[in-house]
Amino acid sequence: MRDWGYRIREQRGTLLAFLVFVVMFAIYVVNHPAGFTANVVTTAANKGVLLALVAMAQTVVVLTSGIDLSVGMVFVLTNCLASALVVGSPAATALGVAAVLFTGLLCGVLNGLIVIYGRLQPIVATIATGAIFYGLALVLRPVPGGDVNSDLADALTSQLPGGVPASLVVLLVVVLALWLPFRRSEIGRGVYAVGSSELAAYMSGVPVGRAKFAAYCLSGLLAAMGGLFLTFLTYSGEASAANGNTYTLYSIAAVVLGGVSLFGGSGSAIGAIFGALAFRTIGDLLFVFDLDPLWQPLFQGIILLAAVCLGSFRLFRIRNRLELFG
Amino acid sequence: MTTRGGTLIRRIEPAVVMAFGCIIGLLFLGSLYSTSFVSPEFLLQQLKVASFLGVIATGMMIVILLGQIDLSVPWVVAVGGMMSTAVASWGTIGGVMAIPFGILCGVALGLVNGLGVAYLRIPSMIVTLAVNAVAQGLMVVHTGGYSPQDASSAAMRALATGTTLGVPNALLVWSVIGTAAVLLLSRTTFGRAVYGIGNSERAVYLSGVKSQRIVMLAFALSGGLSAFGGILLAGYASKAAQGMGDAYLLPSIAAVVLGGTSILGGRGTYLGTVAGVILITLLQSILSVMQIEEAGRQVIYGVVIIAMLLLYGRERPVR
Repeated sequence: MRDWGYRIREQRGTLLAFLVFVVMFAIYVVNHPAGFTANVVTTAANKGVLLALVAMAQTVVVLTSGIDLSVGMVFVLTNCLASALVVGSPAATALGVAAVLFTGLLCGVLNGLIVIYGRLQPIVATIATGAIFYGLALVLRPVPGGDVNSDLADALTSQLPGGVPASLVVLLVVVLALWLPFRRSEIGRGVYAVGSSELAAYMSGVPVGRAKFAAYCLSGLLAAMGGLFLTFLTYSGEASAANGNTYTLYSIAAVVLGGVSLFGGSGSAIGAIFGALAFRTIGDLLFVFDLDPLWQPLFQGIILLAAVCLGSFRLFRIRNRLELFG
Repeated sequence: MTTRGGTLIRRIEPAVVMAFGCIIGLLFLGSLYSTSFVSPEFLLQQLKVASFLGVIATGMMIVILLGQIDLSVPWVVAVGGMMSTAVASWGTIGGVMAIPFGILCGVALGLVNGLGVAYLRIPSMIVTLAVNAVAQGLMVVHTGGYSPQDASSAAMRALATGTTLGVPNALLVWSVIGTAAVLLLSRTTFGRAVYGIGNSERAVYLSGVKSQRIVMLAFALSGGLSAFGGILLAGYASKAAQGMGDAYLLPSIAAVVLGGTSILGGRGTYLGTVAGVILITLLQSILSVMQIEEAGRQVIYGVVIIAMLLLYGRERPVR
C-alpha cells in the first residue's frame, strides 16, 4: 500500500496534467458542433502531437535544469529541410526522413557542445544558436513552399481503421521507443540526478557531462520529429520566426502545465505530453465557444500566466522564509 | 588624482577591455571594406542607432545583475510604442501625456513581472515569457491585429530624430539614462542591493534589506526602460508597428553579456554594457552594409555572439 502511495506522489504532476487534459477535452468535445467523432479527435490529436513532440524536446533539457530556447527554431529548420528532402520514391523518402532527424540531432549536438564543453549559460547559448538555425532555415526556404511525400503524410495524419488517430500511435511509439528506454537508462537517471543537484551527482560519480550532452542531443532529435510532423500536416515548409518563437514559448508552457519542475530533476516527458495536449485544447476551446479570434492571444497569454502562477503554491509549504531565497 | 586614476584602471574588467578591443577590430575590418566606416558622420550615426538598444539594454542589465532575465522585452517595447502613439492622437493633452503614459504602461507590465519573480518566486524566464504573451494579446485586441495608424507626437519625433548642437538627441537621451544608471548602480543602496542579490539574495535578506521589493522595482525599471525604448523607436519611425520589439530581445541580452556582465548575476559594469551595445550595433550595420541577406546575417550574428562569448564569457567549471 505504502509503495503505491509513493508511486502516485512521484507522478503527481503527470496525473494532474492528465486530469486537466481530460476535463478540458471533455468540455471541448461536448460543446463542439460535430460532437465526439473520429474527425474531431483526429484534428485535435494532430495539432496536439505537434506541440507534444516539441514539449518533450524541451522537457529533457529542462530536467537537467537547463533550458533550450532554440527548440522552436530547430522545429522550423527541420520543417524547411523536410519540405525539400522527404519526397519521391519510398527509398528516397526514407532517406529524407533519416536526414531530417539527423539534422535535428546535429542541432542538439551543437547546443550540447556549446553549453557543456563551452561552459556558456544555456539561455544565452540557445538564443544564439536559435538565430543560426533560423538563418539556415531561411537559406533553405526564402519563401514558403516545398512538398512532401503525400502517401506518408496522409498515412501519419489520418485515422487508422477503428477511428484511432495515427498521430497518437506515432506519439506512443516515440514514447515507447525513445523516452522510456532513455528514462530507464543509466544516462537517463543521470539526467535526473544532474537536475536535482549537479554537485551531488558529480560527487556520486554520475557522468555529468555525458548526461547533459545526451539531453541536448535527444532534445534536438525530438524537435526534428516535431518539424517533420509539421511538414506532414502542412505539406510545405516555411521559415517563420514567429512560428519558431511561438513553439518555444508553448513548449515551456506545456512543460510547466505538465508538472515538470523548471528547476530540474523532477517530472516526466509524459506529463509534458499531457500538458501540451491540455494547452492545445484550451486554445481550441475559444473556437467552440465562438469567441472573437482577436481575443485568442490574450486568452492564451492569461492562461499561461495563470498556469505558471500555479507553481507558487509551493510557497504555502515552506517552513522558513529563508527557503524562499534558495 | 593619480591614485584614483590607478584604481579606475585596475577596476576595469578584462571583459570590458576585450569588448572595446572587438569594437576596434570590427571598425578595422569595416575600414578595409570601405573607408567610410571610420568617418565621424558614420560613427555618430552608429551611436544614434545604438541609443535605442542602449536604453533597452540598460533595463536588461539591471535585471541580469539580479541573476534574472527579462524576456518580455519584445512586446513591452511594442506596448510602449503603441500606447504612446495611441495617446498622442488625443490632441494637445495627448501630445503632452504620450511619453509618460507609454512609460507607465511599461512600468505596469514590469511590476507584474516583478510580482511574479519576487513574491510568487516563479523563475523570471517563465513569468516574463508569459507577460510577453499577455502584452501581445493586449496589443492584438487594441489594434485589431493590424499595425496602428496613429502617428507619434512631435516630442517623440524630436527625441528620436532631432539633433542638439550637432549631437543626435537620441544619443543625449541615452547618455542621461546611462549616467543615471551608473549613479543608481554605484552610488545608491538600491544599486548595492542589486549587486548583492545577484550574488546571494539570502545574504542580502539576512542583512535586513527588503530584497523582494528591490527585485520588483528592478523589473518595473526594466519594463519602463523597454517601453521608453519603444517610444523612441516609434518616434524614429513616426509610428508604432506589430513586432517592432522582436529585433531587440537577443541584441539586448547579447549586449549585456558581451559587456562582461555575468548572466548569473552580481557582476558587471555599465561601461561594459555600453561597449556591448556599440559592438552589437556595429556588427549589425556592417553586416547590412555588406549587403548580406537576412539568412546569412542571422547565421553570422549567432556565430559571432557564440564565438565572442566563448572567448571571454565562459563560466568557471563547477568543481
